[in-house]
Amino acid sequence: MQVKTDDNHLAIDIKNLVKTYKDGTQALKGVDLQVEAGEIFALLGPNGAGKSTLIGIISSLVNMTSGEVKAFGQDLVKNRTDVKAMIGLVPQEFNFNMFEKPIDIVANQAGYYGVPRKVALERTEKYLKQLQLWEKKDTISRGLSGGMKRRLMIARAMVNEPRILILDEPTAGVDIEIRRSMWSFVEEIANNGTTIILTTHYLEEAEQLCKNIAIIDHGEIVKNTTIKDLLKTLDIETFIFDLDKKPGDALLKALDARVRDDNSIELDVPKSKNLNSVFKEIDAAGYCVSSMRNKANRLEELFVKMIEKNTRQAGKKDQESQGGAA
Amino acid sequence: MSSVTWVGISTLVRKEVTRIIRIWSQTLLPPAITMTLYFVIFGNLIGSRIGQMGGFDYMSFIVPGLVMMAVITSSYGNMVSSFFGAKFAKHVEELLVSPMPNWAILTGYVSGSLFRGLMVGLIVTIISLFFTQIQIHNIWIIISTVVLTSIVFSLGGFINAAFAKKFDDIAIIPTFVLTPLTYLGGVFYSISLLPDFWQKVSLINPVLYMVNTFRYGFLGVSDINVGVAYGIIIAFVLILGFISWYILHKGIGLRS
Repeated sequence: MQVKTDDNHLAIDIKNLVKTYKDGTQALKGVDLQVEAGEIFALLGPNGAGKSTLIGIISSLVNMTSGEVKAFGQDLVKNRTDVKAMIGLVPQEFNFNMFEKPIDIVANQAGYYGVPRKVALERTEKYLKQLQLWEKKDTISRGLSGGMKRRLMIARAMVNEPRILILDEPTAGVDIEIRRSMWSFVEEIANNGTTIILTTHYLEEAEQLCKNIAIIDHGEIVKNTTIKDLLKTLDIETFIFDLDKKPGDALLKALDARVRDDNSIELDVPKSKNLNSVFKEIDAAGYCVSSMRNKANRLEELFVKMIEKNTRQAGKKDQESQGGAA
Repeated sequence: MSSVTWVGISTLVRKEVTRIIRIWSQTLLPPAITMTLYFVIFGNLIGSRIGQMGGFDYMSFIVPGLVMMAVITSSYGNMVSSFFGAKFAKHVEELLVSPMPNWAILTGYVSGSLFRGLMVGLIVTIISLFFTQIQIHNIWIIISTVVLTSIVFSLGGFINAAFAKKFDDIAIIPTFVLTPLTYLGGVFYSISLLPDFWQKVSLINPVLYMVNTFRYGFLGVSDINVGVAYGIIIAFVLILGFISWYILHKGIGLRS
């Protein structure tokens, strides 16, 4: 992780953030996190890891227990109004009035941020058009499809032209075509200088869009680095080879491979091994490779390993503390 | 007030007013029908046999009370349904993430409820003209009382909505508190008809002060001192206003 010394380069600077809910649940256990201005930053974590609590605190929907949050050098507690004015939020759940029209939802949100009505309506048109919703501007929102509702929330979050846009699983439940068009939109607004914090379950989304990534689990940041560096830590990749005929035992034994289906095998290839040698072995055994692909998303593989490891450690800590208490 | 805050308030008021007008059959029509029935049954049919009350015919006596009753119910109902609805469907978050100050959010919602209360009050007053002639003793007392009372019950509705967790919670207060207070607040009778003990008990009912001050604006008669009544109504505005602001400031029922 890069060492950052100048506050002005940080869109978000979080120090020792703790959140304990009234029922005693400690959702955040001293989180430190920095997001550089102008970047698309990925925040990953399993359900219940603390992502939404963290986002809720940054966007003033959740009260922090202790710690410090700054946006472009402004303290959230001391200058809440200024910080709020910098942030646009696209939450995970639909949180607009289903009986209102998109044009009213977006223009009213601009009004709450102090944008005069005339300008608000101009911006509403701009963002509804960019998100392909202008045709639906007078439709009662309840009647929009899931993807349209999600795009409506993005238009609403953009209408105050925030310096920081927080997207909490923005592409959940939308088809691949719309997802890709939303990626383009996100890249476009990031190119215009908006800092974007993205949480997602689609790890390819993070890999595609983001430079830096933080993985949060059990209320702690377990990894905070660049995606490039993270992927370097992957020492084994699993490949699927489609062959011209059914693989025999000799080939499986020679490659230490597994049968996937009739004409396909899968094998784990260490980073140290050259793929050419695999092809040579297959060729020598008398098979032809018709196609080849990765078994799983590389980042997903890493993410699962990291979370499993963290869960084991957390369980061990719990056992130790219970043992100590006994 | 900064222009940013003013734009925020006017946006929220526009949104509320649009909603009230859009669903007029739920917001403006029901009190008109209910009060027409009150005028017919209590004013015409039963009232004609009652004779005079406080020196006026019964219909003239109950008109200010019934107008005030409609204003109270509508102001409270508007706030509690609008704010709880926003909380329940989570679109209150649109305001909570915005830079609008808490007092501005409160002002916007109270203004919306005030609009509905005044609209309903005007409609019921116009309907009453079909049943009796209205005299006006002091228009400024009428306007100030109706505005302040509407604000008091809008704030009451806000507090109810903030603490409510389910729809049942927003029905309890109107049914078990608001309706008894209104019916026992001198809408239908002068407290001078009551025995001494019950007259004194009636004095702890805040609605009594609102109804009597409002009636004083029309008829020039009141069971209680109008100056004291103003003091009590303004005190309620300030106390409930502070509680409501504190709720928003701390995020009680709104932020975890």
